[in-house]
Amino acid sequence: MQRRRFRHALYAAPALALIALFVYYPIVENIRLSLFKFSVFQPGMRYVGLENYRQALQDPVFWKALANNLGYAVTSVIFQVGAALVLAAILEGLIGRRLRGLLRTVYFVPAAVSMTVAGLLFQFLYQPDAGLINSALESLGLGRFAHDWLGDPGTSIWGVVTMSQWQSFGYTTMLLTVAVQRIPRELYEAATVDGAGRVRTFFAVTVPMVREMTTLLVILTVSGAFLVFNEVMVMTGGGPSNSSQTLGTWLYSSAFTGDDMGYAAAIGTVMFAITFVAGAVQLLHSRRKAVAV
Amino acid sequence: MTLALHEPAPAKAPPAVPGERRGRPARSGSVVLRVLTYCGLAALAVAVVYPLCWMALSGLKTNGEIFSDPWGLPAHPGWGTYADAWHQGVLGYLLNSALVTAASVLAVVLISAWAAYGLTRLALPFSQPALLLVLGAMMLSPTVALVPLTQLLQALHIYDTYWALIVLYTAFKVPFTTFLIRAYLLGQPVEVEEAALIDGASRWQTFWRVVVPMARPILVSAALLQALFSWNEYAFALVFITDEHLKTLPVGLADMAGRLNSDWPMLFAGLTIAALPMIVIFLVAQRHFVRGLSEGIGK
Repeated sequence: MQRRRFRHALYAAPALALIALFVYYPIVENIRLSLFKFSVFQPGMRYVGLENYRQALQDPVFWKALANNLGYAVTSVIFQVGAALVLAAILEGLIGRRLRGLLRTVYFVPAAVSMTVAGLLFQFLYQPDAGLINSALESLGLGRFAHDWLGDPGTSIWGVVTMSQWQSFGYTTMLLTVAVQRIPRELYEAATVDGAGRVRTFFAVTVPMVREMTTLLVILTVSGAFLVFNEVMVMTGGGPSNSSQTLGTWLYSSAFTGDDMGYAAAIGTVMFAITFVAGAVQLLHSRRKAVAV
Repeated sequence: MTLALHEPAPAKAPPAVPGERRGRPARSGSVVLRVLTYCGLAALAVAVVYPLCWMALSGLKTNGEIFSDPWGLPAHPGWGTYADAWHQGVLGYLLNSALVTAASVLAVVLISAWAAYGLTRLALPFSQPALLLVLGAMMLSPTVALVPLTQLLQALHIYDTYWALIVLYTAFKVPFTTFLIRAYLLGQPVEVEEAALIDGASRWQTFWRVVVPMARPILVSAALLQALFSWNEYAFALVFITDEHLKTLPVGLADMAGRLNSDWPMLFAGLTIAALPMIVIFLVAQRHFVRGLSEGIGK
């Protein structure tokens, strides 16, 4: 019996070993490393306690990055959850089946394209001289708004954020459509009988009925926004003059350009803390759901 | 956690006759509204697709054409630029990506299916803590731990090798994939497996001959999601690979963009080649993608 139980454990062993070594260990080790100062090029580590965190509090780029992540999160929730839900409701409620499927597919396509491809493409679209965006503004007679979107510290991060919405909203729309499809039809019929218009029906039926999915998506979107790295790295590298740094890119450049490994680990720990809280909320949420069902 | 899902969602939307019924214009004035809605949806579709088409077309243009007439069609379309991009590095990146993607897809599906089978069908020692350990890892993102991961990969002597990416892509996605397959298995009857065991099949044979065929739909979904992730992953590929010959597409293309600097057609050709495989796979296997996504995120 004991031997068989041991043999059975072998089925789960590879998964557990991989997760322990490459997910749990690095995250715990990262917290430990954040208490040291060290460099790739010199051996030896100096214990500094919470010095790296103090350094973060006094680092204007850290705060700029945090603010950018926050802007990223808020914008993404508005478009990838709010607007995507409206879109899903319109697709499900107003559009014939065949066209609906086609549109859903079309909207999803950018999500199959990597952030790198999308980022490099948009880098050109934002390009000041020949980019399509300025060129479109000029042909619409709005030439005075044309400018170097990614080269201006005031707009650089927003150029990246906008691209990210373009890339990702189809993905969340797809998921929300699935949630909307699961709403019992009777509720809509009842709302129609009660004389509720489309807007009222949306807020009185659709929104509450897909709350599970929207809560999950809000949490996933917020965590994603605090981990963002790829698109910023490809489009601006955090520049100009650090205006579009995010925590992820600032971690990267502190570690591999600034060679301040302990500080990078501290930034990583801050990112971990933020996303962990989001994840814990998700866990509690799904617990509550399990009790409710 | 509630990850106890019941039946898998039907692959297609449930036969949604009601959609048609609701689709009919209900009151006066809604015709205008309908037209506006259609226009809005069409405009959005154009905004989504146009940049991608423009990218593919620009690979057929010359640099001069892109700058003087960005909206125009190529005057002398030819596949020369695509061929050049292919030979100037894209082929190498593509092969690296294909290798890493194939290996991590195979590894993640296999390891997760074993784990899901063990956790649903067998009496494991410490099965509750093990389950929590696996599913809890879904909330964690190892990308915050670039510094210790670098040290770990160096200590294991796999830094700057294919293995670094294969191992990380697999380990990172085992929790989610296990969750996906486990949820599916929980909704499947165990009678067939029991019959096989009674007939004298070993656990191992039962896994391969009964469980794997039964779970095929979710295994396909899981494989597709993993392929999408591995093909497009950037952060690990940037940090853990420095050898030019080992770089995968996302990092290789970003390098190429810096290297080519002003040769835009070449870059757009490269981007198109990189994007195409996943777009095609998505269009072909769409319902598996949707199933995986919607099952995975919970309902």
